[in-house]
Amino acid sequence: METALAILVGLLVAASVYLMLGRNVLRFLFGLVLLSNAANLTIFAAGRLTRAAPPLIPEGLAAPADLVANALPQALILTAIVIGFGLLAFTLVLVYRAYLALGTLNSDRMRYAEPHLDDDPKTMSQPEQQAS
Amino acid sequence: MIGLRGSGRETRAEHAQEGSGTKAWIGWPSFLLPAALLILFASWLPAIAAGERLHFALAWIPSLGVNLSFLVDGLSLTFALLITGTGAVVALYSGTYLAGHPHFARFYLYLGLFMVAMLGLVLADDLITLFVFWELTTVASYLLIGFDHASAKARRSALQALLLTGAGGLALLAGLILLATAAGSFELSEILASGDAVREHGLYLPILVLVLLGAFTKSAQVPFHFWLPNAMAAPTPVSAYLHSATMVKAGIYLMARMHPVLSGTDAWIWTLTIAGATTAVLASVIALRQTDLKLALAYTTVMALGTLTMFLGAEATVAIAAAVTFLIVHALYKAALFLIVGILDHQTGTREADQLGGLARAMPISACIAAAAGLSMAGFPPFLGFIGKELKYEGALAIASEPLLVATAAVLANALMVALAGIVALRPFLGNRRQTPRAPREAPIRLWIGPAFLAALGLSFGVAPALIADTLVQPAVTAILGRPETVKLALWHGINIPLLLSALTLALGLAIYARHRRLRAALAGLESRLPTTADQAWDGLLDGLRSLAAAQTRLLQSGVLRRYLLLTFATLALAVGTTLFAVDAVRLPRLWPELLVKEWAALGLVSAGALLAATTQSRLTAICALGVVGVGVALLFLMFGAPDVAITQLLVETLFVVLVAVVMLRLPRLQPDHGSARGGRLRDAGVAVLVGAVVTLVLLAVVDGPIDRSVTAYFEQASVPEAFGRNIVNVILVDFRALDTFGEIAVVAVAALAALALIRGGGLRRARS
Repeated sequence: METALAILVGLLVAASVYLMLGRNVLRFLFGLVLLSNAANLTIFAAGRLTRAAPPLIPEGLAAPADLVANALPQALILTAIVIGFGLLAFTLVLVYRAYLALGTLNSDRMRYAEPHLDDDPKTMSQPEQQAS
Repeated sequence: MIGLRGSGRETRAEHAQEGSGTKAWIGWPSFLLPAALLILFASWLPAIAAGERLHFALAWIPSLGVNLSFLVDGLSLTFALLITGTGAVVALYSGTYLAGHPHFARFYLYLGLFMVAMLGLVLADDLITLFVFWELTTVASYLLIGFDHASAKARRSALQALLLTGAGGLALLAGLILLATAAGSFELSEILASGDAVREHGLYLPILVLVLLGAFTKSAQVPFHFWLPNAMAAPTPVSAYLHSATMVKAGIYLMARMHPVLSGTDAWIWTLTIAGATTAVLASVIALRQTDLKLALAYTTVMALGTLTMFLGAEATVAIAAAVTFLIVHALYKAALFLIVGILDHQTGTREADQLGGLARAMPISACIAAAAGLSMAGFPPFLGFIGKELKYEGALAIASEPLLVATAAVLANALMVALAGIVALRPFLGNRRQTPRAPREAPIRLWIGPAFLAALGLSFGVAPALIADTLVQPAVTAILGRPETVKLALWHGINIPLLLSALTLALGLAIYARHRRLRAALAGLESRLPTTADQAWDGLLDGLRSLAAAQTRLLQSGVLRRYLLLTFATLALAVGTTLFAVDAVRLPRLWPELLVKEWAALGLVSAGALLAATTQSRLTAICALGVVGVGVALLFLMFGAPDVAITQLLVETLFVVLVAVVMLRLPRLQPDHGSARGGRLRDAGVAVLVGAVVTLVLLAVVDGPIDRSVTAYFEQASVPEAFGRNIVNVILVDFRALDTFGEIAVVAVAALAALALIRGGGLRRARS
């Protein structure tokens, strides 16, 4: 079972890297989404998979009677999902704001911080306060 | 050169009023400290001569076996005496020479730092202690050489010395650590006893190469000789100190110290003999070409270092005795002559050989000192230099491997020394008076008393060699060879081959002296026709380094985000991938996973969603595909016993898709991406597949090993009794790891605040208005 998940994680990472290498920062964002999914699945698989019951303790017992799923990676993933959401939401707003300021989603033309001497000033995006 | 020399003097004159008086007293403690140390070290002489070894230790990093420990034996005591003795003389001299200099106090700080560093270096017993002090001498010499920091040449020379000796220091550090590995100890006193083990160790050659790199750069052996003459940019007392007993002798000390451990192999003998002989002859020829007295002296120092290296290559007792004796001879006459050149410069305003002459009448005391030091340098009896020279010839003939080569090099270098002694020490005082920038006057006593003391020592040790034979030379030779030795020094050995060689040397030297002007012109002509000098090659090397850095920056720091990412991902894949194969951690699954149909369906859902998201050109399709991936992952969580995670995943996924959809309304459509070029897309896809494959392999390797469930087991056992919760995951989050969860909430809150600030766009509007 872990094998199947390992291959799936590889596929997710490959798709995410491919997206992140694109010019469009929105694609980069999509890649980030896939990458956080892949990371969560990695933690999950590393804690070993089991079709057994969820990590709950029945009434009247002090500890699970049978083998239950590994609770530790689940707790870690929960934290990771929420923090990942925070990151993605912030990135999304950043992308939006970058588009407002620079008028483009093409990261190649976002050269305001590191301008190139041979860049054509017309194609190079600048913050609005510069343009206006 | 001329401009530089002038500038130092002008600075001194300009600031004479404002700086003087306030800190002049600093010269006295700076003189008294080394003088007191000199007496202390001298008081140890009888014990050391009797064969004792003094040892002081202080635990420093006990876990690594590193101690702050010091060892006093014949070799380190000889060096310590030279360092403190010359140090005291130089400190006394500088008080007058640099009087009124605006940075008078700073000068003494640097000088003191340098002396402490040198003392620590020669007295260290622990290899790490030795290295730390070695580096400290590099730093202190940088400060001293660049003391006249307003001069670009001084700054360049200082940096050159720092880079070159610093690079050598790095090599030395690696060599010392390897040596400690091979010998099993960081303590020199233990390493020195395990010479055979080190020589037979597989690491012997790397150790030798690295240690010698350190020694050769420090002691200016060809091809690293060029920094030392450049270091003449320092004030003359500094040159006297650096050249006679300290900085450049550090490399010699290191080779002598390592002699019992590393010597005796072909690699040691040939490297030291050839490098030393080449350096000695080449440097004395270049010295003849110089017109600046100080620069000529600088090259004779390189020559002396070459000679010492050449003799340290040998095993014969008499050769090592020659090296030790010459070490003392050289320190005495070289410091004296440098200080005399400084006096000439100070009193007449020039140190160009051709502008000086006939000063004996005006400066009789300086002339006497110069003559004494010069005669010792040339090797005339009854000076110590004569004994040193005789010993050198005797030692050269005793070297079994290559007596002819060593003897020829020694005779040639010594003959040039005779000529140079004449040029530096005699010519300025003899012959016709020449016009000098300043009318010559005899120097004040504080200037000449130091060199006079050194020159007098050179004479008295020559007349009564027994003064140093048993107390200094013999213990040092014993320490270098690592076995008890007896050394006898005498002025008269009877008529033998060394004496004949001495006569030959004198005749040759006088002949060269008589024709030195013509020779100098010829050498100058030759020099101008050389394609390049080592100094220029050094500049070329630095330029090359700079262009390499620039090219590398252009390549790696292109300013294009995609390229940064591409490089990062490619590096990640290659580094992790090769490591996986290198440590043999690749575990390919042997069995096809046995999965239920619903599990296959979830896997298929996620894969299809990911592929679609990666390839689609439509924003809406992409968002839907991401949603599919999220739901598929949530299903997987659900199927493998993680319902809490699945619920959170679904909630978050839904929320995110809504957010993206809202923002998307305000963003332009996706254009065909990855450039119009097909090659770029293929390259990106290749890197992506590579990274994905590496991640899969890593995960396969991880799940192949055993799992430690002890933490989980603890949580399972403790949930109910300690936290009164039956959902273990929840208990972990809100109880056992509550602080983490609090941090997580804080992260989300900060992200929300930052997003809010970005959306409000206050900064933008303010900037526009």
